[in-house]
Amino acid sequence: MGFRIPRIRAVGVIAAAALVAAIAACSSPGSSTSSATAVSTAGGSSLTVGFIMVGSHSDYGYNQAVYVASQAVATSVAGVKVITADNIPETDAVTQTMDSMVNDGAKVIFATSYGYFPYAEAFAKAHPNIIVLHQGGYLDGKFPANFGTYWGEAYEPVSLGGMAAGGLTKTNKLGFVYAFPISQTIANIDAFELGALSVNPKAQTYIVNTSNWCDPLKQKEAAAALLSQGVDVLTQHQDCQSTVIEAAKAAGKYVVGYHYDAETLDPTGWLTGSAWNWAPLYESIIKTIMSGKFTGSKYNANFVGTFADHDNPLTLAPFGSSVPASLQTKILAEEKVLDTAGASVFKGPIACQNGKTLVAAGQVMTYAQINSLSCLVKGVVGTLPAS
Amino acid sequence: MNGLEETMIGGIEGGTAILLPALGELIGERAGVINLGTEGCMLVGALSAFAAASVTGSVVIGILAGLAGGAVCGLLHAWLTVIRRADQLASGLVIWFLALGVTSVYGANYISATAPTLAIINVPGLSKIPWVGPILFEHDALVYTGYLLVAVIWFVFYRTQLGLVLRATGERPEVVAAAGRRPAVIQIAAVTIGAALSGLGGAQLSIGYVGNWFNDMTSGYGFVAVAVVLFATWKPVRVLGGAYLFGMALAATSVLQAHGVSVNQYLLDAAPYLITLIALVTVGRRGSASAPEALSRALARTG
Repeated sequence: MGFRIPRIRAVGVIAAAALVAAIAACSSPGSSTSSATAVSTAGGSSLTVGFIMVGSHSDYGYNQAVYVASQAVATSVAGVKVITADNIPETDAVTQTMDSMVNDGAKVIFATSYGYFPYAEAFAKAHPNIIVLHQGGYLDGKFPANFGTYWGEAYEPVSLGGMAAGGLTKTNKLGFVYAFPISQTIANIDAFELGALSVNPKAQTYIVNTSNWCDPLKQKEAAAALLSQGVDVLTQHQDCQSTVIEAAKAAGKYVVGYHYDAETLDPTGWLTGSAWNWAPLYESIIKTIMSGKFTGSKYNANFVGTFADHDNPLTLAPFGSSVPASLQTKILAEEKVLDTAGASVFKGPIACQNGKTLVAAGQVMTYAQINSLSCLVKGVVGTLPAS
Repeated sequence: MNGLEETMIGGIEGGTAILLPALGELIGERAGVINLGTEGCMLVGALSAFAAASVTGSVVIGILAGLAGGAVCGLLHAWLTVIRRADQLASGLVIWFLALGVTSVYGANYISATAPTLAIINVPGLSKIPWVGPILFEHDALVYTGYLLVAVIWFVFYRTQLGLVLRATGERPEVVAAAGRRPAVIQIAAVTIGAALSGLGGAQLSIGYVGNWFNDMTSGYGFVAVAVVLFATWKPVRVLGGAYLFGMALAATSVLQAHGVSVNQYLLDAAPYLITLIALVTVGRRGSASAPEALSRALARTG
């Protein structure tokens, strides 16, 4: 029996399969599943606002938080019409989506994924009459009059979650499943470890990345590898958080969430987490635009909400039943401290893994410094992937 | 437990989600039909299994629903390609997109839901064997199903009349027809059973190893399964090796990091694909390569 496929065809089939697999891996979720829904409000002079999400609007995570807030704004601000599109990959597809939203009458667009940044910035420059806001980006340099980025000091509530983890661990090993070694994530890992150290000087954070914002199989492998190391509290910086929570639950370990309050998934293991509450910020931005005062405002820049200013969009999620009252009190007291101006989890002395000083005693890192962080603090076990 | 054991245990659990669809695809391709919609059939199986287990509270019903969901997906592909004579590659891709869309819509409510998941069963006696026991015999029921299926498929292929007819259908359907059998019926059955196994692979993700539903949760692993069959030169035992090897390479990327080993990111991400590809191509070159002839012709026609 011979190999009867003409060789070129066999190669073609294999290449096609490989190509399709690559496309599936890179651009998932496919834009074919994108949905646009319109929510109309009472008449009058109306402003149409578009929200673009990278994942499913019901992902029990990052994108759901955006969606929930967008729907809240549609009812809380009179005259605002909200259109949304989800499952839009971080490619040209986002430009096409912005185009079609403009065709549908949108004057304001919220591009809510980190990787949308270059597309959002370019779109703003090409469409001076449309206001484009990017969630999570940071522009170095001059802002176009119709562009702004916004985010929150995510690492603040993350450090409070780290306190819960450090207080509850018996093995002194905490596990952090992350997606990519971007500075936002590095800040979260460091803040988590610093929070844990503040209540437990022996706490160490083990890190594993998945190179994907949501690949459940890889998340599970990461969680399993961490649990095998003796980790007894898991946390994460992923877009979808169920897998890591389920892994902790199956192993009878604790979990600190991110993006969304998911206590119901694992009431026993859930300690606390960080949950987005975007609605007040969206509302404030939209009202600024409606009053015609956007250009030159704090939103026509890199806006960062903080605990100190009482406008951090990332908040501490409710505590689970496993967190003792004394620890809850301690964490809430620390939250109060962070509420005051000049307070920060990144307050010296802090050393990097290699012992080099990151922050000298008495010094506090600025947001810009934290936003370009590349060093893991002492107590984090593992290295950032070399590139 | 050392890193090697962790890698092998994680690799077999995760690799099963690739093995089951790959075995299903093997059955279909041996009958002369390739199904690029395997990824989609996995998604349908994953959601059906999760939804059924979540609603009924029974993992057995979940598994049956996963099989049924995959089978429906396979019937559609069989109808399009065998009855309607559609292009096999095009039909498969259409099914993938269709399944991705349909499961995203109908699965939205299950993302925040919980469902019972398969328990880890230690095989009495065998799991006590030092080293080998924990690696091979402390898994969920679908992992053991994978072991058994490889043996059953090998036996049916090479030791039974049914297997002979199936393989003949994949080589020369005309001869099968001349012998008084109906090749179309055999192909429809093979594609449907194969896709049911894809659904079972999806179930291994949603109610087995991972334990939740998320849209597009297969992340391209269905295409990996199709590729494994091609590179394993349509042989059941090699399919098993390829699927587990991919699973282990995937697990190794996490295990290495958890042990604090610094590895190049791009190498780490590419490793599962590279290792599996190189291993199977190397093995494949040595053995007698044997693409089912009807499959070759069906694909050649599309080119």
